[in-house]
Amino acid sequence: MADFETPKLKDYIEIPKVQEGVMAHSRPFESKEQFQVALGYPGELVDNWEEKAIEKMGDLLGKYRSFRVFLDSCVKCGACTDKCHYYLGTSDAKNMPVARQDLLRKVYRRYFTFAGKYFPKLVGAVDLTKEVLDEWYSYFHQCSQCRRCSVFCPYGIDTAEISMAAREIMDSVGLGQKYCNEIIMKAQTIGNNLGLPEPALADTLADLEEEVEDDTGVPVKYPLDQKGAEILMVTPSADFFAEPHIDGLIGYGKVFHEAGVSWTLSSKASEAANFGMFIGSYENMRKLALRIREAALELGVKRIVFGECGHAWRVAYSFLNTLAGPFDFLDPRYPVPQHICEFTWELIKEGKLRLNKEENDHMRLTFHDSCNVARASRMGDKPGGQFEIPRNIIKATCNHYFDMPIDTIHDATYCCGGGGGLLTDDLIELRVKGALPRMTALKQVVDEHGVTNMAAICAICKSQFTKVLPYYDFGMDMIVSVHQLVSNAIVLKGSIQEKELDGVEDEEETAAEATE
Amino acid sequence: MSFSVIYALLFYFATGLLVIGLGRKIVQYAKTPAPLKIPTTPAPTTKAGVVLRMAKEVVFFYSLFRSNKWIWVFGWMFHMALFLVLARHLRYFTEPVWWWVDLIQPFGKYAALAMIAGLLGLWARRIVVDRVRYISAPSDHLMLALLLGIGISGTLMSFVTHTDIVAVKAFFLGLMRFDIQPLPSDPILLIHLGLVAVLMIVFPFSKLLHVPGVFFSPTRNQVDNPREQRHLAPWAAELEAGSQQNTNS
Ligand code: SF4
Ligand code: SF4
Repeated sequence: MADFETPKLKDYIEIPKVQEGVMAHSRPFESKEQFQVALGYPGELVDNWEEKAIEKMGDLLGKYRSFRVFLDSCVKCGACTDKCHYYLGTSDAKNMPVARQDLLRKVYRRYFTFAGKYFPKLVGAVDLTKEVLDEWYSYFHQCSQCRRCSVFCPYGIDTAEISMAAREIMDSVGLGQKYCNEIIMKAQTIGNNLGLPEPALADTLADLEEEVEDDTGVPVKYPLDQKGAEILMVTPSADFFAEPHIDGLIGYGKVFHEAGVSWTLSSKASEAANFGMFIGSYENMRKLALRIREAALELGVKRIVFGECGHAWRVAYSFLNTLAGPFDFLDPRYPVPQHICEFTWELIKEGKLRLNKEENDHMRLTFHDSCNVARASRMGDKPGGQFEIPRNIIKATCNHYFDMPIDTIHDATYCCGGGGGLLTDDLIELRVKGALPRMTALKQVVDEHGVTNMAAICAICKSQFTKVLPYYDFGMDMIVSVHQLVSNAIVLKGSIQEKELDGVEDEEETAAEATE
Repeated sequence: MSFSVIYALLFYFATGLLVIGLGRKIVQYAKTPAPLKIPTTPAPTTKAGVVLRMAKEVVFFYSLFRSNKWIWVFGWMFHMALFLVLARHLRYFTEPVWWWVDLIQPFGKYAALAMIAGLLGLWARRIVVDRVRYISAPSDHLMLALLLGIGISGTLMSFVTHTDIVAVKAFFLGLMRFDIQPLPSDPILLIHLGLVAVLMIVFPFSKLLHVPGVFFSPTRNQVDNPREQRHLAPWAAELEAGSQQNTNS
């Protein structure tokens, strides 16, 4: 599998010369009949796929203004050509955003525009052939739908919208991707992407409670399916077992405990991520979103809070109200849904959390803005809150914080290389190469500021970095969860840590008096 | 048939096509729903904010500025110059000429040179920069050639071989009253007007659709308020109604 070379890290991000076809071999495994059918698609490539694909394209053109306007508006200015991490990492011409769009645009022009029907050569229009379909399958699975190109396009053309549409068209003729479609099926039937059943979740959470109590001496609860709780916590299922995700989950529990609010996880909605978005399927995305609504109703909660997950937060923040709203049965004083970072930052601002930054002194941190949080959502009530709030939390919990170069963070952030339904081992070459710009930026702060760790708030980013950091000679445990930092620093009332800081109980009063 | 009649018919045809073609596209864009909230964030949280964001894009090409300074310099120069040149040309369609058109007359003349410089810069990038060369279709080169042809022929008339501009104005004022007046038959003028007519004709069928497109781009024109306001497309509402019936029955 690993017969490729990891790109060398340079001092700065370099724009490579265009090469043709160097990543044409990159193709994820195709979906199986059972997953296809479960999602409402044909089990295998249908006989009249060409006709069906064009029909589907027409259908989407009528349903999505973005798709229609973006296909018409590109002027081939080239501004986006050096903005995609996959182009920067692979130098494959078709990984330039506009070239990726053109794979679909040339077919759109042929079948849906006057110029393409009568002057195909002039405008580069082509028939939909098997070769074109193969190219679609390959290159629309080399787009992590990160929207970086959209930020820099003068018309805001978002290649993510095109690749979602392309995947929906391919699915509708029976050509699906195994990784995404298997996961969607699991989430729709079991409740989470990993297929963890309720007893497994309950076990994990019981273990966590034990661990945290051993650590702190405080009986912090990690409740599951608890009716009548105030908050439903929806978090990516990786938080239940993977490192460093689980340390984040531990952190959420401690924050809720300290806030004194009752909360619960749900086995039915034990997945924050919504892979329906990756395949551009409104219907499948909606089905997944409705599980959250149902869980909230069944448990009778008043608020919904989402855990650390980038794509999940996009669907939650931007789409949940559309897909599964209105949420008029929840407490109107709080936004629906809220991000755990919004929740935690509010508490920190109100001075309700006691944080001991020294607990994180073994780390020098930087923060990776996850694409979908940065460019497709918000936190707090001001534009850009999605950049400020996580950083504020890190700075409130750590003494050493350094940003990566400005053109690689905030809304110009580079994707981790594994987003958009590409976090699968059959795409490892793409994932490693696509991480190049982020790794280069990371190296800059490592060299300049001695940064030892990178925090993130996305399950995909965390898993992807754990896997690709070693390819670039960084330690896999360099990546940490933001709420892991909170978890380390938080001083729970009545905890061992509190006693260590304040001295033993009867000395406490004298200490307090002395400082007055 | 004389030149005058041929050109008169050509311009009626080109204008008709431009208006109808563009009108149809605009209606199509306006009617196609945007089912999901997809502004690229950070995005404005109010309508007024969106107007400001859009103005920044349309007037200053803000995203392009962030993206690539060379494309921005050439592109912005070309568009702004074109705008001035077009405004200056209003003098051939109005009698008396509006005061502000008179005011910009001298600037408009020199703007034509800036326009040509911008176009040459863009074309040079299309040829020299390997990435842009790769994404260019023949139509992209032809479009630049067409615009340059218009710019150069026009500039020649401004600065080198003047045509009978009074007659040209009479011709266009006549066209607007459906009364065909004689058009001077200078070759440069005929080339200039012919290319303009071609541009008007290809407008609704080409990438020039970016002109209406930019205003309809959901990543730029949507308000960032999905938590506060439920956003539901008609077809999505139907889907919802349909699935509710299924679960009820
Ligand atoms: S930046 Fe936008 S208009 Fe320019 S080539 Fe890329 S997609 Fe097309
Ligand atoms: S959305 Fe991201 S991955 Fe896809 S083409 Fe644009 S920059 Fe590349």
